Amino acid sequence: MQKLLMLGDEAIAQGAIDGGMSGIYAYPGTPSTEILEFVQHAPLAKERNIHRLWSTNEKTAMECGLGMSYAGKRVMVCMKHVGLNVAADPFVNSAITGANGGLIYTIADDPSMHSSQNEQDSRALAKFALIPVFEPSNQQEAYDMAYSGFQFSEKYKLPVMLRITTRLAHSRSGVARKEVKPENSVKLPENPTQFVLLPAIARKQYKDLLKKQELLEMESENSVFNKYIDADNKSMGIIACGLAYNYLLENYEDGKVPYPVLKLGQYPLPKKMIQRMVNECDSILVLEDGYPVVEELLKGFLGIGINVKGRLDGTVPRDGELDPNIVASALGIKQEFGSDKPKIVENRPPSFCSGCGHIDTYSAMNEVVDRYGRGRVFADIGCYTLAALPPFNAINSCVDMGASVTMAKGASDAGLRPAVAVIGDSTFTHSGITGLLDAVVENTPMTLIISDNGTTGMTGGQESNAVGKVEDICKGIGVDPNHIRVITPLKKNHEENVKIMQEEFEYNGLSVIVSRRECIQTLKRRNAMKFAKKMD
Amino acid sequence: MKTDIILAGVGGQGILSIAASIGMAALKINLHLKQAEVHGMSQRGGDVQSHLRISDKEIASDLIPKGKADIIISVEPMESLRYLPYLSPTGWIVTNTKPFINIPNYPELENVMNEIKKQKNYIMIDADSIANELGSARSSNMVMLGAASPFLNISFETLEQGIRDIFGRKGEEVVNVNLAALKAGRDFAEKNR
Repeated sequence: MQKLLMLGDEAIAQGAIDGGMSGIYAYPGTPSTEILEFVQHAPLAKERNIHRLWSTNEKTAMECGLGMSYAGKRVMVCMKHVGLNVAADPFVNSAITGANGGLIYTIADDPSMHSSQNEQDSRALAKFALIPVFEPSNQQEAYDMAYSGFQFSEKYKLPVMLRITTRLAHSRSGVARKEVKPENSVKLPENPTQFVLLPAIARKQYKDLLKKQELLEMESENSVFNKYIDADNKSMGIIACGLAYNYLLENYEDGKVPYPVLKLGQYPLPKKMIQRMVNECDSILVLEDGYPVVEELLKGFLGIGINVKGRLDGTVPRDGELDPNIVASALGIKQEFGSDKPKIVENRPPSFCSGCGHIDTYSAMNEVVDRYGRGRVFADIGCYTLAALPPFNAINSCVDMGASVTMAKGASDAGLRPAVAVIGDSTFTHSGITGLLDAVVENTPMTLIISDNGTTGMTGGQESNAVGKVEDICKGIGVDPNHIRVITPLKKNHEENVKIMQEEFEYNGLSVIVSRRECIQTLKRRNAMKFAKKMD
Repeated sequence: MKTDIILAGVGGQGILSIAASIGMAALKINLHLKQAEVHGMSQRGGDVQSHLRISDKEIASDLIPKGKADIIISVEPMESLRYLPYLSPTGWIVTNTKPFINIPNYPELENVMNEIKKQKNYIMIDADSIANELGSARSSNMVMLGAASPFLNISFETLEQGIRDIFGRKGEEVVNVNLAALKAGRDFAEKNR
């Protein structure tokens, strides 16, 4: 069969569709966004009516996924690594409920923080929850793991994690498809209380989960994704997890590594394979993208016993993503780089698109804030976070989805007046509403600016669940309608917008300013489509 | 045969259209291919790059090691310099000379050009002007691809076929404009290499 050129994300989506998936749930987040987007455009997904709309946040996505699994169907839930923090509650508990229909959590980590606030390693959370992990080294494995992951999940009645990193998510290569499997039909769990985590039931099921670990380890020993490749030079054995395996091969002619290698793609760790490497080799080098998860396990707290090299002893840098050069250095291979980057080359940080509505919102806001002094604006996650950079220097926080609202409330509680929060429409419905309710209950003196561009912008313009609902949500949870103001961020409205912001900053209670203008990117796309239709 | 290509530019300039055209051509002749892209935050006017590797053998790493790139194709002059550590001693720089200035501290253009001229193998091409002369400002990336075409180890005819496949559904006129742009870039490179 002709191979298809696919992003790692797309390979996962195709693998899941071909593996008999009936639904996918996700909230957009780099580098995971393209998985659900691919399903939205896949003809077979349309034909089968696979669920493929965006969820309001990662927690709602995961719980919907768990519900579909309860009903016996195969389902994938996708998010970026920090999204897993939002979904941590269902994530950890779903290991104890277990699955019915096959359930895959695809979590995309972002080492080096290309587009994220941290570089946490989801393998650590999977280990915490006792959930097995698949970690592909290439696009074909990504496809294969998604394809066969449902069956594995059903065999052990347990959700599984498919862990990828940015580099694989956003790299294309050839992928061969397999035969398309039928979907499951609705089938309730055999045990009607499987998903009822009352303490008495949870205690029993937790014991079952613990018992399953031994079987999962056996699976890892025999997995096609874990390979022990022996070699003559036993001075060192190398454990290469996921993508790191490619960087290792890259450094040797025709991929012939002189040391024994354990190519690792499935966890929990295969104990016998690792035992063999420890017995046969003088030292062990661990290459893993993300945290030193495997390395720490092998090394132990005191680092006595096995001679383990990796991120903890400086053989590999402690932070940041791996690349072929870092791995070459760890292997002591001599490298010749091209010439240095000339000094005249300046950084080019991301910036607002020309004509973006956020610019006009911030121009008005800055003018009013300057009357009180800077340092009182709590922002959130989205394009509007770029206002932290010059020339705006407009915001003072960006922590997690929704934190603008609640941090402004806390600062106001501490006496900071005025206290201002800035959030986007999609982030507001993701995690801002509950915080706003806290402020409603106490009529906290603060102003929430919802910079509403009608889309999830930073990730490329996915549908925002807030569209058409923002004012109603605010009214519905009890914000005084007299202090819900709607403005249009345009240069010609600047003076009026400044006046309205000033009034609400001065109000000794809770106010919301909805600053609404369509995202310039989605507007362009819409116009281009209109034009194309006319041409037809 | 292996060709390691770094594509460079600024988010929004459409470097991935060049990557897609080369990729389509490479698949036509059954080459292996890996292409690492930048999505997300940097796409908002930041510097972006794509690593494109094509080979008749299997490719291990999605990323090109430093010092191994055969060619840097840059649609913006300063961006062509950012990735010099990746360029092999025998590698080529093929860069557009039209700057994309969206930062206040963009260096003097003359200094940028002088830095490029210090390199061993380079082609500097005003792809935007050439595209304009052809009456299609939007095809400047295809001019760039044409200028890079002598160094890709893919026949010109295969590249042309790739473009026909990609733009075919947009109609004959679009195909022809892009083929003309490709040819104009190629001619410039042959004259100026």
